[in-house]
Amino acid sequence: MAKIIVYYAHPGQTFSRANRAMAKRASNIEGITFVDLYAEYPRHDIDVGKEQTRLLEHDVIVFQFPLYWYSTPSLLKEWQDLVLQHGFAYGHGGDKLAGKTLLLAITAGGSDEAYTRDGYQQHTMRTFLTPLEQTAGLCQMRFPPPYVLFGALKADEGVELTHHIDGYVELLTRIRDDKFKLKDATAEELTCASDILSLSEE
Amino acid sequence: MTDFLLLAFVFLVAGVVAVPIASRLGLGSVLGYLIAGIVISPLLATLGVDVISIQHFAEFGVVMMLFLVGLELEPRMLWNMRAKLLGLGGLQVGGTTVFVMGVAMILGQPWTISLAIGLVLALSSTAIVLQTLNEKGLMRSNGGQSSFSVLLFQDIAVIPMLAFVPLLAMPELMDLAADGGHGAGAHVADGHGGSHASDHGQGDHGASISLVDGLPGWQAALITIGAIGAVILGGVYLTRPLFRFIAMAGLRELFVAAALMFVIGIALLMTLVGLSPALGTFLAGVVLANSEYRHELESDIDPFRGLLLGLFFITVGAAIDFELLLGNLASILGMTFGLIALKSLVLLALAWMFKLQGADKWLFGLGLAQAGEFGFVLLSFTVANDVIPQNLADQLLLIVALSMLLTPGLFILYEKVIAPRFVKTQERDADQIDEVGEVIIAGHGRFGGIVNRMLRATGYSTTVVDYNAGHLDMLRSFGFKAFFGDATRPDLIHAAGIEKAKLLIVAIDGKEQINALVLYVRENYPHVPVIARAVDRQHVYDLFAMGCVEIIRETFDSSVRTGRSALERLGMHPFDAELAARKFAEDDRHILKEMALVHDPKIPVSQNTAYIEKSKTLMKEREEQIFGKRDVFDLSTDRGWHPPTEEDLEAILADHEAKAP
Repeated sequence: MAKIIVYYAHPGQTFSRANRAMAKRASNIEGITFVDLYAEYPRHDIDVGKEQTRLLEHDVIVFQFPLYWYSTPSLLKEWQDLVLQHGFAYGHGGDKLAGKTLLLAITAGGSDEAYTRDGYQQHTMRTFLTPLEQTAGLCQMRFPPPYVLFGALKADEGVELTHHIDGYVELLTRIRDDKFKLKDATAEELTCASDILSLSEE
Repeated sequence: MTDFLLLAFVFLVAGVVAVPIASRLGLGSVLGYLIAGIVISPLLATLGVDVISIQHFAEFGVVMMLFLVGLELEPRMLWNMRAKLLGLGGLQVGGTTVFVMGVAMILGQPWTISLAIGLVLALSSTAIVLQTLNEKGLMRSNGGQSSFSVLLFQDIAVIPMLAFVPLLAMPELMDLAADGGHGAGAHVADGHGGSHASDHGQGDHGASISLVDGLPGWQAALITIGAIGAVILGGVYLTRPLFRFIAMAGLRELFVAAALMFVIGIALLMTLVGLSPALGTFLAGVVLANSEYRHELESDIDPFRGLLLGLFFITVGAAIDFELLLGNLASILGMTFGLIALKSLVLLALAWMFKLQGADKWLFGLGLAQAGEFGFVLLSFTVANDVIPQNLADQLLLIVALSMLLTPGLFILYEKVIAPRFVKTQERDADQIDEVGEVIIAGHGRFGGIVNRMLRATGYSTTVVDYNAGHLDMLRSFGFKAFFGDATRPDLIHAAGIEKAKLLIVAIDGKEQINALVLYVRENYPHVPVIARAVDRQHVYDLFAMGCVEIIRETFDSSVRTGRSALERLGMHPFDAELAARKFAEDDRHILKEMALVHDPKIPVSQNTAYIEKSKTLMKEREEQIFGKRDVFDLSTDRGWHPPTEEDLEAILADHEAKAP
């Protein structure tokens, strides 16, 4: 059994379609710790000691967030700035997170075509996620392919959103039960709902 | 009754008219009083007033001044001064006495008289010098501190001098005096009989009730030591419960009465055992320097000290015998200037020995060059003990008075001519650690207490003023320092150090009291920023008009937090509740500021049309808030979190495709 903690960061949950539904389902999965960061620290007053203890107690750290300006919402950035201290997460004696896993669960407004060299975002999703990837690297954490939903704003129209949510629950449950191989991601690799859902059909 | 009123009126008019003029001309208050005294002296002579007896009464101002000086000096500081006190003070008194004695002997006086004259003239004027140093803010300079050491030593030295002077008595004068019926042995308070020589304040042994006269030496010593011990122990252990008991009554005048009782009591005790009352009260002041009642005592005693010293200076001016002066103008002026020059030389030599630099050396050298009020005391005492003949004493009296009269001139010389030359070259010593807190917190209840804790916790020094003995007890149990008193009193807020404060926080209860304090500080110390607590909206407008930098409504923040908690409990997401609270507070502050700008404290709200119009407009804008229309904050609180619409996304896409080659 892997111990999972999900850090969910969304400052505008009232208007969220994908993320709120994902969070609701994920928080109900038994045996995983779910943290709504904006609910716990509405005034950005992060309790560093408490967060570091939480990290030590878990094997898989999940960041769930909507991509804002190619990065995390500000509170999750604040969390990184404060919690991933020198001597704890990196640097001299900073090996407390070594061997753990950092998994990203991201929703993006743009379509998958937009996140290509020819698309209007001009770069791939993985290029935008480089800072987080290197953060994991510096902390000696594994960085598996991020779980991404493109076109999140259109998603209410189709089955795509339902798939993504089901896939998210499936992914977390499988990791919890050690039924998912957490490997380091290759260059442009991403995980999408169909990859996960196809696993259960096997 | 009429006589008394007339006399009081004459003195008061003289002071009230002369001092502001003198201050305006840059002469200082002391010279103002002295001139006032000279001006009214013919009138006093016509009225047949015994100026000297008034002077002895006014000398009590010196006692009070030393009490106040003691309050400013913690025992540790006094101990640190001991080298200066004994070294500088001892050499000044000894050196000056020897030189003056030498000059007197050259002028043909016998050695006993010469020695007595030396002792009389060696003393400087504590009253003038301390008053002037304080007025000009020179007290903390090196020169000021050295001057203070010398003055303190002189005040102490008066006691052995009074014991020593009778030994110089001349037989032929004693014969003369026997007819007058009073002398060294008279133990009764003989009023003003004949000469005014033997019945006055400062350490006078001769003419008052005494506990120690007639006792064997060891018993007298024991009683004296016991009295000093009583002052110290009483100051340490008795004053706190006593003042607290009085504070409980909540009557301001009672505290003033207690403070006066305290000072007069100590002065009396000291006189009874034959010590200088000035020294005794000084000691009591030092003992109380750490007390939380210090500021209140200071502000209670200070007006009395000021009035009495003023009266004292007036009497010095009035006592100048112009007939005698004009008769011997050349010789008396010559001796006066000679005395000032001689004392200056001794002082400058000491300044050189003790390595006083630059302007400090001259401040020290010129400031103490006069003879002082203790000189008057010693002179009358020497006459009473048949050491110096009356006619010589009268001339010496003139010299003392003239030298005092010239002192403000010397200070002006220092200030205008000497000090400017050293401004650049003078080496700066490390700053004195100021006892006054950086921040004054007026009121230490539920509100100010929290502010104090927070500022202390972040390393700022605070001076707390509170009028509640219970609060003070609580503070003390936590090891805080706080001062007892009503912060709305100008003199107390002054004593708390408002002049040098970086910030004043007004956390007292009651709209009227808050307004009074803020108004006073804004008018008199406009350089001190004020953060004030407002009881309601209307009060915010008042304080805004007075120019407070920050106005905190005492319940606003906690109310907003309560609202936020309610929203969370009702199921709103904590971050949304936080945003709603922020938005609400921001909007409320906006309204408040708009209203404050049109509010005019001079026009009643009901007649202020601009105010009424503004409030109508703002109300209309916010009608929805009041009547609970849903989600009035949505537009603003969620600005930025609103996702782009599908059309937005398509537009971006179309734009991109249009640019693509």
